Formats: sequence, C-alpha cells, structure tokens
Amino acid sequence: MPYKILKKVQLGSSGTLFEMDIFAPLIAKKAYAGNFVLIRINEKGERIPLTIADYNRDLGIITFVVQVVGKSTLLLSHQNEGDEILDVVGPLGNKIHIEKYENPIVIIGGGVGIAPCYPQAKELNNAGNRIISILGARTKDLIFWRERMAEVSERVIICTNDGSEGIEGFVTKPLEDIISKEKISLVIAIGPMIMMKNVAELTNGIKGLPQVKTFVSLNTIMIDGTGMCGGCRFPAKDGEIHFACVEGPDVDGHIVDFDTLLNREKRFEEFEKKSFNLYKKECENLKIG
Amino acid sequence: MKIPRQKMKEQNPSERIHNFSEVALGFTEDMAKTEAERCLQCGDPRCINGCPVNIDIPAFIRLIKEDNLLEAIRTIKDYNILPAICGRVCPQEIQCEQACVLSKRWEPVAIGALERYIADWERKNKLKECPDCEAPNHIKVAVIGSGPAGLTCAADLARFGFDVTIFEAFHKGGGVLVYGIPEFRLPKDIVEDEIETLKMLGVKVEYNKIIGKTLTIDDLKEIGYKAFFIGVGAGLPSMRKIPGMNLNGVLTANEFLTRANLMKAYKFPDYDTPIKIGKVITVIGGGNTALDSARVALRLGAEKVIIVYRRTEAEMPARKEEYHHAIEEKIEFQFLSNPVRFLGDENGNVEKIEVLKMELGEPDSSGRPRPVPIENSEYLIKCDTVILAIGTNANPILTKSIQGLKLNKWGYIEADENGKTNLEGIYAGGDIVTGSATVISAMGAGRIAAKAINEYLRAKFL
Repeated sequence: MPYKILKKVQLGSSGTLFEMDIFAPLIAKKAYAGNFVLIRINEKGERIPLTIADYNRDLGIITFVVQVVGKSTLLLSHQNEGDEILDVVGPLGNKIHIEKYENPIVIIGGGVGIAPCYPQAKELNNAGNRIISILGARTKDLIFWRERMAEVSERVIICTNDGSEGIEGFVTKPLEDIISKEKISLVIAIGPMIMMKNVAELTNGIKGLPQVKTFVSLNTIMIDGTGMCGGCRFPAKDGEIHFACVEGPDVDGHIVDFDTLLNREKRFEEFEKKSFNLYKKECENLKIG
Repeated sequence: MKIPRQKMKEQNPSERIHNFSEVALGFTEDMAKTEAERCLQCGDPRCINGCPVNIDIPAFIRLIKEDNLLEAIRTIKDYNILPAICGRVCPQEIQCEQACVLSKRWEPVAIGALERYIADWERKNKLKECPDCEAPNHIKVAVIGSGPAGLTCAADLARFGFDVTIFEAFHKGGGVLVYGIPEFRLPKDIVEDEIETLKMLGVKVEYNKIIGKTLTIDDLKEIGYKAFFIGVGAGLPSMRKIPGMNLNGVLTANEFLTRANLMKAYKFPDYDTPIKIGKVITVIGGGNTALDSARVALRLGAEKVIIVYRRTEAEMPARKEEYHHAIEEKIEFQFLSNPVRFLGDENGNVEKIEVLKMELGEPDSSGRPRPVPIENSEYLIKCDTVILAIGTNANPILTKSIQGLKLNKWGYIEADENGKTNLEGIYAGGDIVTGSATVISAMGAGRIAAKAINEYLRAKFL
C-alpha cells in the first residue's frame, strides 16, 4: 500500500528545501524523537533514510524535511500533494533517552538537521528540561522552523556562515561561548557530518572547556535499516564497529571516528553525481521542476 | 544401469558471465522422461528420508514416466509448496540424491532437476491451481518473515483453514530468496510466482512491516491474532575485527548481494542503487554466499575474482554444483588462506589484503579440521574490493521486542523439535532458531511448526 503525501510546503526561497507530511498511520503511532524511516520513492528507487521531524498520532501523519542533495531527494521534491511514495518503512532506530537533567541542554541543528532537532527538543522540554537551541546554516534562507523551535526552547540562537542572520560563523562559536560560561548537562548535534565532528571535538574537553556529554545523529548510507547489510556501519575511535541503524541513529559523539566515517560516506560519490546529473538532464528534457 | 544420468543444458560459461540469466536451463521433455526411467521405484525408497520435507519422490517420478505431469505436480505440492525454488537451490547432492540407491554404483537419479522440470512445466503452461484447503475457520495466524520458512509455514496453515497474514520487512517477499540468492541461480519472477500460489490460498502479505518496530506481537494479539510463527532469518552479518575493515571497498556479502539482487544495482543508473566493483575482487569465505558474491561480481564486470578460504575445497560448505560453476567461470580459489589485515591507499580505499597461509589441524567443534596458521607465511593480494562472506548472527530486533522469549547464548530463539518456544502460541523456525542453514531446512522447520500450530489452535479454539 503506497503512502500518500498529504502536504508539501517549500521552506525558504531556495527551492531546495521542503517539508512533507505523509499518511503512515502505523508508523505515526509508534514514532518518537530519534526514529527514522526508510523510503523508496518508486520501483527503481533506492532506499534512503529520513529522520522523522514530527508526527501526529491521531491523524496518522509523519513529517520530514528534505533538502535536495542528489537524485532521490530531487525526485522527492518533484512529488506533490496527493502523490504517493511507494514504500515507507519504520519507525527505525532507537528513541532518544529522556530524563530531567540538572542543567540546560544545548540542541544544535545544522541546515536540514534542524528538523530532527525539533522532536528531541519538544520531548526533552516536555520532560522539564531547559533547552537552548542553536540553529545554523549557510545563509538566512536555509534556516527554518524558528517559531517551532522557539516554542520548545528557552532561547534560540541563529548563526549563518555569511552573517545574513544572527551570529556570523559556525554553530561552534555560540556553543563555545555557552559551555565556557554555564554548566550544560547535554549537547545534541544534528546536521552535516563535519558540523557534528566539530561539535563533538569542542565538547570533548579541549581548550580548558569542560567535557559535555554529546549525542550526534548518524544518517549514514543504509539499505535495510535493520542491521542486516552493515552499510551504515561506523568506526569508533577504539576500532570497534557499530551499526548506526540499530545502535543509533543518536550515538555518543565522543566515540565516533569521524574522519574515517567522513571518508566512508564518500564511497559512492561518483555514482551519486552520475545519477543526479542524468536525472537533471531528463528533467530539463521533460520540463519538470 | 545403461542409461546415463541426464545433465541439464547450461549457458556457456564465457557467455553467462556477461548476463544475469539463469545458468542451468532445465530438462527438455525427452530428458525428463529418460531420467525418470532411471528411477528403480524402490520398495523401500531412501530418497524420501533424505528429503527434509519427505516428498514422495518415487511417486512423482513414476507420474512423469506415465506422462501424468499434472498429478506429478500435485504430488510434489502435497509436501512442498515451492518446488520451482527447491528444484533449483536445494543441496540435493547431500539429501535425496545422496540417499538414492543408484548412487552406490552409478550416479543417483537427478531428483532436483526433475522437480524443477515439473514445476517449470506447470508455470509455463499456466496450470497453477489452488491446492486443496480445509474450510476457513477464521482464526488469525501471523507469520513473521517471508523467507522459505515463513512461506512454507503460511501455505500449510492456510491449507489447514487458518486466516494467515505474512508480515515482511522489505518491499518484496521471499527473504533470502530475493535479497540473497542471485537471479542467475534463482530468477526472481519464479519467487514472485510461488508467492502468488500462497495468495491463491488466501494468504495475505503485508510489506514494509517490521515486527518489533512497526507493530509488536502484542499489537497483533490485540487485533485478534491467536498464534505466531517467527521466521525472520539470521541476517546480522558477522564482523570480525580485522584491521582495515573500515576502508572503502570493504563490504559485507549481505550489503553487496542486497544491492545487486533486491535493489537491482546491476541495472544502475536505470535503477538508483549504486554498486562499486573495480577490477579485482576478493571474496572471503567458502559458503554459498561467498560463491554467489563472487559470481555476481564477475557479472558486474570484474576482471578477476578471487575467493579466499581458510580451509580446503573439501571443507567448503558451498554446494558442489555451484563450486563447479564458479570454476567454469574462472573464479580463482586461494585455499588455506586467511586475511589478517586490509591495506588502503592514501584515499582510504582498500588496495591489498594481507593473507596468512593455513594448514589443517585437528577437528574443531563443527567436526571439520581446524585451520592452523603457518608462521611467517604472510603474502599480499592486490584488489579493489573485498567482500566478507563469513557468516551471520541472530538479528535482535524482533526477539528483543518480545518479553520473556527464551534465547540461547548466541541470541537465537530456543524452540523444541516442533518449533514451539517457551511462550504460548509463539513458534519459530529457520535460521533464527538454527543459525545459518539451508533453504530446505528452513522450509522443513516451517512445515513442522505449521503442524504444531494447527494442533495447538484446534485444541484451544475449535
């Protein structure tokens, strides 16, 4: 049974970022902060993991935010309200751990990674935690969900690389400022791999700063998402091998060997480019998008 | 025995390494009849005991001889709902055919090829009929996993009159039959066709449902399911901690085969899932999965494929027939060799494996001689891709979600000889009970469990 797109909203004006509501009542019923789904758009499609950004159990809806980075995400951006996605399977991965921490929690969302921060901030806020959110992107137009994040945060800090909104620079700038001044119980970082690497380094007790427990969300290349293929595996600094799909997606950022993982994520680069370019050409010919 | 054992025609090795079409082409009508003539119709047939699902082999062979193919297929299906699959992938050489009385002095009857012939004849002539079923009793049973154990169990339960639903995690049914075994050994339309037979029996299949995630056993109980069969397979690849494991180009056979088979990466870029090959591929392991990976790699354009196995040809768990096919296809074997580390280039891509020579020692717990390393015998093999086919472990997703389910120390489900677990109404069979085994042994387990479930539900509800 295919999965219907109930709503599709563009975020910003880039045309590369959009929010989608999918009718998937069984998944919505079980979904929680931290979970992801695997989707396959059509018969020839690949399986890609998407982190659940919101869910409405009563209406049977799951929401995700997608940024166009390759063929599958571009193809997804060409689907409209009323269209159907062939396969959606989940919820996969582990729910995040919830407790009332003594000190505030800093939640950092980079680019499209802002979306999965929202359910985590919401649940942790509901549990009585004080949330400081840092939302970062290349430029103002790629920041979204400011109001939603504000609803579940004590304060929201925006930063952009080009300074078009908030602090000019990377998310590590305000983070360093915060952990040097106040006691923080937990840091959660979701975004590009390189951002998560930099955050995890900063919170690992360097520059005389305190070490702060840090979770990162690993959205690695996956096929089945149930521990079967091992494609999602990530190396720990001690050489152990972990599976992002069944042990994550949220894992202790201080154990991850990011350099090896960053390289691992490049292993299909040439194929991804080829596939993306072919599809773009096809779209031009057919005047799609 | 004047008549020699008939041999199926096969695609020429030099041609078939460029395509994914089936290697073995099946018997012609004449060949099938000739082969059927070879069966002695023993009064005390041993082949039946050699078959894990005890097909009445002499009976169906006699029916072929008598030209009554319709009755022949009916006879097989009384025991085995998936003959087109079993005729292709069962290790007959160590089962029914090994037990065949002819094998003492001559070659055994080609039982597997005859089973396949009958099943293919039925499919080609579109004669598939709905097997006899008892009247529906409207009792709901859930079968978890659509691999060989689940399909067999579901079919038998449906024939007992139960209302059966199969829950499958992937978007396609068949389990290892579709993600593991390649097209050239088992065409996927055959698997689909066999699943159609189940639908004729009224079995429903729910795809994209991971039991333990999307739904739990408790959820299913709440909506009226009275009994459960767990046939989720083993599935979790074992990861030996070999230095260099995380280099690009080192991947598990599960990933390699799932990309190629289930996701059809061999049709990239028409299909979106990519697969990377390179020129020289090494496959580590000696089972069917290792051979399947090697032969898929060849068909994807590898120039040279090397299988590295720590024991010898004699201990290889792979089917002999597939080993011969691999040899014909010029797959290279390096026996008594064990990888000790993978070496990469400056970009983090694997470029060599360091291998240690072994010799055979005393038998280990599996009864096979233990490979013992020979000191200072290391050598290097240059390669672009390393595929690890060194076995699987139990997948905990489902078992972890069922409170109180008894597992053994390796995480496999503890079930008695009828597939009964320690929890009422929950049965299990196949690789999730035994660890990695064969398609037919999983089918045998599915069949036994179906019988036990039938008895349990009848005693309780009817």
